[in-house]
Amino acid sequence: MEFLSYLISGISLGSVYAIIALGYTMVYGIAKMLNFAHGDVIMVGGYVSFCAVSYLGLPGWLSVVLAMAVCTALGVVIEGLAYKPLRQATSLAVLITAIGVSYFLQNAAQLIWGASPKGYTPLIPTTNAQGEPNTLRLFGGQLSISYISLFTMGACIVIMVLLTLFTNRTKLGKAMRACSEDKGAAQLMGINVNATISLTFAIGSALAAVAGGLLCSFTTSLMPTTGSMPGIKAFTAAVFGGIGSIPGAFLGGILLGVIESLAKAYISTQLANAILFAVLIIVLLVKPSGLLGKYVPEKV
Amino acid sequence: MKKKNLAALLMAGAMCLSLLAGCSGGDGGESNPPASDAGAQESAPAGNGNQGGQTTGTAGGTFKLGGIGPLTGENAIYGKAAMNGAQIAVDEINALGGPIQFELQAEDDQADPELGVNAYHKLLDDGAQIIVGSVTSGSGIAVSAETYKDRVFTLTPSGSSVDVISGKDNVFQVCFTDPNQGTGSADYIAENFSGAKVAVIYRNDDAYSQGIRDTFVAEAETKGMSIVYQGTFTKDTQTDFSVQLAGAQNAGADVLFLPIYYQPASVILAQAAAMSYAPTFFGVDGMDGILAMEGFDTSLAEGVMLLTPFSADAEDERTQGFVKKYNEFYGEIPNQFAADGYDAVYVIYEAIQAAGCTSDMSAADICEALVKAMTAISVDGLTGQGMTWQSTGEVSKAPMAVVIKDGVYVTP
Amino acid sequence: MKKLIQKIKGLKKTTKVDFATYLGVILAFVIVNLLRTGGLLNRSLTGMLVPICAYIVMAVSLNLTVGILGELSLGHAGFMSVGAFSGVIAAQGLQASIPSAPARLVIAILVGAVFAAAAGFIVGVPVLRLRGDYLAIVTLAFGEIIKDLINCLLVGYDSRGLHMAFNISGSLTINDLGLEPGGMAIIKGAQGATGTTAISTFTAGFVLIMITLVVVLNLVRSRAGRAIMALRDNRIAAESVGVNVTKYKLMAFVTSASLAGAAGALYGLNYSNLAASKFSFDTSILVLVYVVLGGLGNMWGSIIAAAVLYILPEALREFADYRMLVYAVVLILVMLATNNDQLKALAGRILPKRKGAADNG
Repeated sequence: MEFLSYLISGISLGSVYAIIALGYTMVYGIAKMLNFAHGDVIMVGGYVSFCAVSYLGLPGWLSVVLAMAVCTALGVVIEGLAYKPLRQATSLAVLITAIGVSYFLQNAAQLIWGASPKGYTPLIPTTNAQGEPNTLRLFGGQLSISYISLFTMGACIVIMVLLTLFTNRTKLGKAMRACSEDKGAAQLMGINVNATISLTFAIGSALAAVAGGLLCSFTTSLMPTTGSMPGIKAFTAAVFGGIGSIPGAFLGGILLGVIESLAKAYISTQLANAILFAVLIIVLLVKPSGLLGKYVPEKV
Repeated sequence: MKKKNLAALLMAGAMCLSLLAGCSGGDGGESNPPASDAGAQESAPAGNGNQGGQTTGTAGGTFKLGGIGPLTGENAIYGKAAMNGAQIAVDEINALGGPIQFELQAEDDQADPELGVNAYHKLLDDGAQIIVGSVTSGSGIAVSAETYKDRVFTLTPSGSSVDVISGKDNVFQVCFTDPNQGTGSADYIAENFSGAKVAVIYRNDDAYSQGIRDTFVAEAETKGMSIVYQGTFTKDTQTDFSVQLAGAQNAGADVLFLPIYYQPASVILAQAAAMSYAPTFFGVDGMDGILAMEGFDTSLAEGVMLLTPFSADAEDERTQGFVKKYNEFYGEIPNQFAADGYDAVYVIYEAIQAAGCTSDMSAADICEALVKAMTAISVDGLTGQGMTWQSTGEVSKAPMAVVIKDGVYVTP
Repeated sequence: MKKLIQKIKGLKKTTKVDFATYLGVILAFVIVNLLRTGGLLNRSLTGMLVPICAYIVMAVSLNLTVGILGELSLGHAGFMSVGAFSGVIAAQGLQASIPSAPARLVIAILVGAVFAAAAGFIVGVPVLRLRGDYLAIVTLAFGEIIKDLINCLLVGYDSRGLHMAFNISGSLTINDLGLEPGGMAIIKGAQGATGTTAISTFTAGFVLIMITLVVVLNLVRSRAGRAIMALRDNRIAAESVGVNVTKYKLMAFVTSASLAGAAGALYGLNYSNLAASKFSFDTSILVLVYVVLGGLGNMWGSIIAAAVLYILPEALREFADYRMLVYAVVLILVMLATNNDQLKALAGRILPKRKGAADNG
């Protein structure tokens, strides 16, 4: 039973990683760039949602919708100003620019919202009006799962399914996949590559806002650097599952959360991160393109 | 090749610019001390003139204080609070219009020893005579090694590691040392919760947290307390504590000692509530500030105990005045770091008065005089009444145990 | 004299650039030293000299991996960390037996280089089979693992020698090492190495830069270097003509790691306090920024970029709270400007001669 509860807390942590990783992997798949600023867009989403709740008195779900709108706009602006001029540049140049954007967002957030951490009220409060925890109790109370964890897992699955349907079934999704395969050929087929990439950023950033709300519900606090470590973990998750693959990002995220949780419980709390990364290295050595990544044979 | 060429050109341009900036900064730095000396010489006689009617001796002039602390980055909250608090004290002292005037220049170190040393050199270039810093221990150890070499008087508001002061006669602390807090907490728990099973959750990659934990565990052993569980976390894993909390719960701990800062502590409180695990949470001075955290559900902190030298709810006039001013200027309730910074400036003020320093003395002479004065003075501050110092640099003041009730601190 | 000029003219372009790089570094060293003895250098710049040297060595060594070998490494600070902590242990442990500080510094730098090379080998053998972003993430993972491991490390020294413990359970403290009363704690877990005697000097930094340049430039211009660059440009073509992939990749990677270790030892012995958290992902990225802005494969570019970008945030201190914001904006603008076609064309028109010379190279 103990194992099961560790497993569940791992899955719910993993769901947060997975949602962030989905945004990461979308952008990587289409624009072929490591968007290191993704984690910081999450942080901005968290702050917008926080402000909407605290200062405008909006309900939690509406604040996340507002955050989605702001982050979408932010994502498109960042893409247009910082990444679009570098379409033809080397991937390293884009990487460094993304890091610049990440620094910019973190420091701007500190100037706007201050350095002090803010307490974030979870989208589903931890305790109900009677002061009892908002949890689902199973097996006579031996196993408890908080509603916010359930909600996060559910949201993660829904987002994954919607994204898969979108990229596989819709015209825009097909355009995205075409761009990801071969930008030149896609352009020849009459696809507006630039618009498609901007759209990808818009979707990725909207997802980041959702992830921000859920991440902050989980951590219950918010700082200008809140996004950076989850961003790196999500990047790891995306690579773990095979970067560019939507189910891969989902799987990678969940596994990452589970490994982290179990490593903490059974091996060492302080080496949890090290163990996580060690597992990643071993997996990549056995499957060099990630769990669900496509092996692309090199053309000579 | 063309691209590389252009990059090189730009780099060269940037280099020229930054060299220019460096030079102009340098020139400013070099011409500043004479300028401030001149200012000091002008003001020193004036100060002496005013001094005539006072009993404190010949102390006077405008002293340049150099503050070092993290003003950007993830630890910015501590550095900003301490420097804001120090600035309020400087303004108050200057407003008195006495012979001793202060000028505070705060430099950013991002809590990094490397940048701390850079900031220190920059401050000396700009003519700083006394260092107020570093706010964090890591940077403080490196900076105090330099100030010891250069003989610059250093008073750290909140660099609590023993390594900051050990072996350096010119470095003093306003805050408790980490071991002091560790033993203090262990003694308090042993006294008030005899026979309790204690669990500790600390941050393994943080010097402050680990330092307190080390001495807490050592003292707990000598007191015969039973520590049933020790959990750790790192900066990278401070989003989820469910495993550590389950570990403490399964070990049957009824006191949970948290030698950590309030931000991760707030997460622990929320997650423990979600698990319906309610031991007595016991924190140290890093826990202070949790009630002022914007958006934090203070009902979660109900019953939390902590040892803290400062409470923003204290009813004495001085604290009230400070809290009001701080809130006016910076829009926040000050935490313990702000109070430490505020006290640091007043301690320097008292020490200068006792030593009879004038601002035209060299930094090294000021240092020698203040080192002698420090062990002789007794200062009433926000973080303690009758604070006195040992020659090691350690402060003696009484820690105060408080418990959170209905969202405010009360003495248990 | 004429012969000499003739000879210089007859040299290959790359050789000329290499010699210009050496000369430039020596010249910079002489000028800085003259300024220093003349009292013209302010304290800020003087204090930054050693870290600048360390970061220059870091940038040049990373350029070997990223620019010459063509593999993106996001964990270079990990090797720096290995070098820094092993160097600090060596220098502190030998304090009693070798009183001379310069001698201890040399030994510490060598120890740092050897340990980092070993780490580079251990990481390199399995990892260099991966490609592109997968390799990048594994180097990132390695850097994080090193950081976490050092946070658990407890090292002390007393008359009986070195003592080490590994705090995996989270319940050990430095007292568990059982040091004798006169013993000295060298590394205390997260508190890192405290109370280190700072023995690094600018001269040592300069010598290290020169050694790094000699090692890297000679490697690049050698047969092995050409093989490494062939792997970068087209791995399959290089393999098909018989270039041993693993051997040459490892050669570049391990050399790069050991130089980073040496830089780490120099850096670590410049401060009385050193924590593992310093060598995080952020530091790796910082060095990568130096390399990319200096130009991939361009060693003198890395040197200048490291020096300029190190001083830049310090020079921006006037902006106070806006400092890092301005730094971020400068970073983005420089990246945009160096990749802007119109600006490139403009530069081409302004500098027609240099453009021709560059094209020849």
